Amino acid sequence: MLRLENVSKNFGGLPALSDVSFDIPQGKLTALIGPNGAGKSTLINCMTGVLQTTSGRIRFRDIQIETLPPHQIARLGIARTFQNLKLFPRLTVLDNVLTGLTCEGGKSLVMAMFRLPYLRHRERSLKLRALEALDRFGLADKANWPAGVLAYGDKKRVELARATVGKPELILLDEPVAGLNAEETAAVGEQLNLLRRAGHTMLLVEHDMELVMTIADRVVVLDSGRCIAMGSPEEVRRNPLVLEAYLGRTEAVA
Amino acid sequence: MTAKQKILYFLYLHRTGLTVTLLSTAIFCWPLVTSNPYTLGLTNLIALHVVVVLGLNLFIGYAGQISLGHAAFYGLGAYGSAIATVNFGINPWLAMLLVAFLVALVALVIGIPVLRLAGHYLAMATLGLNFVLHTILLQWDEVTGGPSGFYGIPYLAIGDFEFYDEFRLHYLLWGFALLSLLLCLNLVRSGVGRGLAALAGDETAAAALGVNTRNAKIKVFVLSAVLASLAGSLFAHTYSFVSPDSFNIFVSTDMVIMVVIGGMGSIWGSLLGAALITMLPEWMDLFETYKDFVHGGILVLVLMFLPQGLVTGLFDLVRTRLALRRGQDAAA
Ligand SMILES: Nc1ncnc2c1ncn2[C@@H]1O[C@H](COP(=O)(O)OP(=O)(O)OP(=O)(O)O)[C@@H](O)[C@H]1O
Ligand SMILES: [Mg+2]
Repeated sequence: MLRLENVSKNFGGLPALSDVSFDIPQGKLTALIGPNGAGKSTLINCMTGVLQTTSGRIRFRDIQIETLPPHQIARLGIARTFQNLKLFPRLTVLDNVLTGLTCEGGKSLVMAMFRLPYLRHRERSLKLRALEALDRFGLADKANWPAGVLAYGDKKRVELARATVGKPELILLDEPVAGLNAEETAAVGEQLNLLRRAGHTMLLVEHDMELVMTIADRVVVLDSGRCIAMGSPEEVRRNPLVLEAYLGRTEAVA
Repeated sequence: MTAKQKILYFLYLHRTGLTVTLLSTAIFCWPLVTSNPYTLGLTNLIALHVVVVLGLNLFIGYAGQISLGHAAFYGLGAYGSAIATVNFGINPWLAMLLVAFLVALVALVIGIPVLRLAGHYLAMATLGLNFVLHTILLQWDEVTGGPSGFYGIPYLAIGDFEFYDEFRLHYLLWGFALLSLLLCLNLVRSGVGRGLAALAGDETAAAALGVNTRNAKIKVFVLSAVLASLAGSLFAHTYSFVSPDSFNIFVSTDMVIMVVIGGMGSIWGSLLGAALITMLPEWMDLFETYKDFVHGGILVLVLMFLPQGLVTGLFDLVRTRLALRRGQDAAA
């Protein structure tokens, strides 16, 4: 569904990604793992047009997307979450989730000002869908709270609800369970499982190995901007290169 | 649900519609409360300011940009209508629309190149426009009447019904102000409005949700310029006289202050900000002399303590408290 071909990204001459190539197959959950600073978030930013690649191609279905601006990529059906939350704290939880349906909310300023009946009707159905999404993540009772006052775990889930409410074709998740406790992590994992079973294609960036190993169909390992391994969770777990990348770091820390 | 809860829920659900209805009724009855032309003149001026401030508030509060030269669009509307009706004999209503269209083009010409840049270049560009326009109004006296102003602008009329005294103007101007208020409320409560709110909150996140951030900023800028132009046209026909100093940069900064007092992105706040700042000099003579100091002082204080603006800031405080209290109650 999405194919990366020799994607490289330099920050002022320093390579953050070098020659990364892999596929995200349709209907599968692909996990992207790697030590801190490996370039995982940078890769997501390149896929969503937030950053321009230095070289290489990114193809979504048959469309070359590496030169498109972010909003056009979003409109193709690629949604994402951010590693360091990007909620709108002053909007209510419900409105935050509704922003995930922006593409369907109409574009014309003038039409919106006259609040034509068809828009009102559409607005009602969007609201229902947003409430459903909130319900899935167990947040329906907080729909009218300003998002800024929520606890961290709830904010993370609002962001997930926002990214998934529009039924995007591809969902890019940047560490959706970082900072959550075991119980919350399990709940989010369950949701991701449901989404996967419903046929969504996902890329999951995550440090929580237990989660990755249980729900990923495929795992891609990035280290210092290079793709060092990919395969089934089992294969990757046994790969000596991967062990080295992780253990090497642990030793350095210890 | 108890009966009381039901009533409260009904009020909450229809709060916008109810407030609009109440406000419209109050405004409709206002001339019955006071028939003093001076007072009506003042409230009429508030109505004009409301129209400008609504647009500017959308731009500052939703596009996250500042225009320091909105009096230029206000002035273009006023002088445009004056020249079109007096020199070219165009019907005032038609002139108003034509001028608004031209002002939209001016805003596009400024907005398209400037708003594609990150940063606050638009503040500079609009400030520049305001300076240039003010100078032209002063210097080009064959057309604009120069420093002494432009006289003899016709009143607006529907058939034989002319809007020439404060009483009639009250209904005309507040009609416009309420209509603008309603349209802006519709906008911010729509899907498009949510996209704009997202843009104001975080540009990267908004773009990732499919908001064309650059276009959205340009559209809101043009909308705000059009509203200012319409208010300017109304101004010209209200006083039947315009002079350059009604459209200098101090007027622009006053408009920004009204936005800040009302609160960024708050439609209702626009109303309050416009009313408060228009009335201040009337309430205290001292303000008349030190007006610019007082306005500047208010601006600094509000931005220091409530960066979202006065009304929005207070509203946010209350809302956060309530939500937290409810959270604690639920946990207990
Ligand atoms: N905007 C930027 N400018 C310069 N360098 C950057 C920028 N963004 C990221 N980097 C660098 O690129 C490298 C990869 O960063 P990235 O955030 O993609 O890592 P990551 O794999 O997401 O790590 P983490 O697991 O900590 O989130 C890091 O060395 C980082 O310092
Ligand atoms: Mg990261």
